[in-house]
Amino acid sequence: MNYTFIALVENKPGVLNRVASLFRRRNFNIESLAVGRTENPEVSRMTVVVDCPNGDVDAHRIEANLYKLVNVIDVQDVTHQPVVARDLALIKVRVGPERRAEVNGLAEIFRARIVDVAPDSVVVEITGTEDKIEGMIELLRPIGIVEMVRTGQISMTRGVHDGVRRMPGMESRRYEDVMDMAEMMP
Amino acid sequence: MKLKGAEIVWECLVREGVEVVFGYPGGANMPIYDAMLNYPVHHVLVRHEQGGAHMADGYARASGKVGVAMATSGPGATNLVTGIATAMMDSVPVVFITGQVAAHLIGGDAFQETDVTGITLPITKHNYLVTRAEEIAETIREAFYIAKSGRPGPVLIDICKNAQVESCEFAYPEEVKLPGYQPVTRSPRNLLDDAVALIEKAKKPIILCGHGVIMSNAEEELMQFAVKTQTPVASTLLGLGAFPASHELSLGMMGMHGEAYTNLAIQNSDLILAFGMRFDDRVTGTLKTYAPKAKKIHIEIDPSEVHKNVFVDVPLVGDVKTVVADLIPLVDEYDHDEWKQEINGWKNEADTRSIMNWEEDGRLYVAHLIADIWKATGGGAIVTTDVGQHQMWTAQYYQLEKPNRWITSGGAGTMGFGLPSAIGAWFAAKDQEIWAVAGDGGFQMTAAELTTAVQEGANVKVAIMNNSFLGMVRQWQEFFFEKRYSAVNMLAPDFVKLAEAHGVPAKRVTKREEVNEAIEWARSIKGPTVLEFRVEMEDAVYPMVPAGAALHEMIRRPVKA
Ligand SMILES: Cc1ncc(C[n+]2csc(CCOP(=O)(O)OP(=O)(O)O)c2C)c(N)n1
Repeated sequence: MNYTFIALVENKPGVLNRVASLFRRRNFNIESLAVGRTENPEVSRMTVVVDCPNGDVDAHRIEANLYKLVNVIDVQDVTHQPVVARDLALIKVRVGPERRAEVNGLAEIFRARIVDVAPDSVVVEITGTEDKIEGMIELLRPIGIVEMVRTGQISMTRGVHDGVRRMPGMESRRYEDVMDMAEMMP
Repeated sequence: MKLKGAEIVWECLVREGVEVVFGYPGGANMPIYDAMLNYPVHHVLVRHEQGGAHMADGYARASGKVGVAMATSGPGATNLVTGIATAMMDSVPVVFITGQVAAHLIGGDAFQETDVTGITLPITKHNYLVTRAEEIAETIREAFYIAKSGRPGPVLIDICKNAQVESCEFAYPEEVKLPGYQPVTRSPRNLLDDAVALIEKAKKPIILCGHGVIMSNAEEELMQFAVKTQTPVASTLLGLGAFPASHELSLGMMGMHGEAYTNLAIQNSDLILAFGMRFDDRVTGTLKTYAPKAKKIHIEIDPSEVHKNVFVDVPLVGDVKTVVADLIPLVDEYDHDEWKQEINGWKNEADTRSIMNWEEDGRLYVAHLIADIWKATGGGAIVTTDVGQHQMWTAQYYQLEKPNRWITSGGAGTMGFGLPSAIGAWFAAKDQEIWAVAGDGGFQMTAAELTTAVQEGANVKVAIMNNSFLGMVRQWQEFFFEKRYSAVNMLAPDFVKLAEAHGVPAKRVTKREEVNEAIEWARSIKGPTVLEFRVEMEDAVYPMVPAGAALHEMIRRPVKA
């Protein structure tokens, strides 16, 4: 099953390599990995979708191992949380003037846009969930897809509780709780 | 104050309390070596960079401080790789500083350019490529902090040559700013309570003590906890010495070559308290049948170790010292007399089979030799080993009472580790007796460091257990490959002449009656010595849990006719 992780990392050279290398070393297959800046220029955000054959056990290992990387600031496993997830695709379709209207019509239904038109092709831009994009691809395929590129999934949890750092290896316990409790020790 | 990058390196090392570094110069770190002459740090010129890495490792383990090793770029840096991986697997804090070609040449396959940060990424806790002098101070500060905090480990800094020669303003950073790096040191009260509830119910508890106990200096806390709750203590290979072997609660070593009664105690326990250990496969045997009746409490600084191999009932992520100290006032006193008696029954049975009770037959058995060295040194020496049969016999028969005296490559199992790590340990503890126990195979891998020992006057006693075989491999071939001895029959040089060629006094021992005299002779000499023992060729290490078998399914030493 695919699990989705959001990792906030320091925006430094080599950090993507460290993260990717961790998955390789632990023998996990990355389904998709999207990286970009955040509102803070020192922090990048990664959305990583990983195949976890052993379900939560693998997910825990991934989370805890990501935390071991010095440049990783925060990790969230959002697989079981309500999230907004998006993928962006550019699809180049071989289509002459005679069938262009058909592609236009499809694009409208999927709320996609035609962003380039050439005599023998058009480029369709579509964002949405993976399912939606798959659906569009299925309908465009018989017309003739020449080239396609996808960003991979990016995700954001709903509400403002984003970015809570959890205590790895302790299910739902949060770092803040642990620290407070530690203060209370005799 | 404006300083050159190379000077900043030393300014920082001195501030970190570094007194000795192990290294090898070359084109890409010559500015660092040039600046070194102006700083009060002793440099040990090793014979191979791998030796330097193991020396820094041995130094770190014996001193509890951070070790430092240096190499030039390219082949110099890659020669460190085995030593870095060894430190990584055993969580030893070592900072490696390598030279790199100038920043503008990187990526162009310049002479002696190698992607050292790329190569060492999976075998370091963290690593850095430094391209500008301005980055050096902060990087070194961070490197030492990362190496010794949390779960310790090796950190590598690859410094471009231009950064070594450029000048910049030097200020030693007051604090380390690492937003993502926050090792958890204490466990929350509710989890401690969960643990206490399990401890209260337990009738047959057992503590499994690992390297983490030594790494966090938790020996006192372990002792208090064990005595208060009367819980027997078994040790991993690297945990040996954290709990005194002579203590009535000590069960010695567990695992593949652990004591039979210890493994039986684990398999029959109803509560495992794992202190700073990671349920390595050499310790558990097959997981399907591992301690089936036991609840498990795991005290561990590294969250990624929790539930990794064994699912535990209560994970206490944190520093062993802190967590155990927090636990002690929460637990009651127990006697567990029945349980201790049950274990004693197994122990008495095991004793009847012990090779220690064999009658002398004039031949040299490594187990006996180790016991002889143990007696001669009063059990107080620092002991390092190579990897193989002799390593296991040393673990079994050199009964340690104190921590930081047992230096062996556990996780990686690196042959050639014994001699260089002993030299490193000597720099940490010059007043202590140091023995390196080696196999004839492993010794040949790093024997060149004998000259380093001579040049430094390192007072290390090498005991080579020469069985003319790669013994441990031969044992597996004997047990599991129908005695088809493939590539294990090994010719050795004349070790006595070899040692003497290096300027090291040496003796060969072939008879039982020569043993004690030879040991005393070695001890009486100040400086390195070599003893070659011609030991029984086809002896095997017992007990042995075959790979894939349950922990209690041990091959036991046949009772001698
Ligand atoms: C660098 C390295 N290469 C290979 C091995 C595999 N190995 C483990 S034990 C062993 C035999 C060691 O023989 P020796 O050093 O003579 O010691 P003995 O087992 O005879 O005591 C070998 C080859 C290893 N652990 N390390």
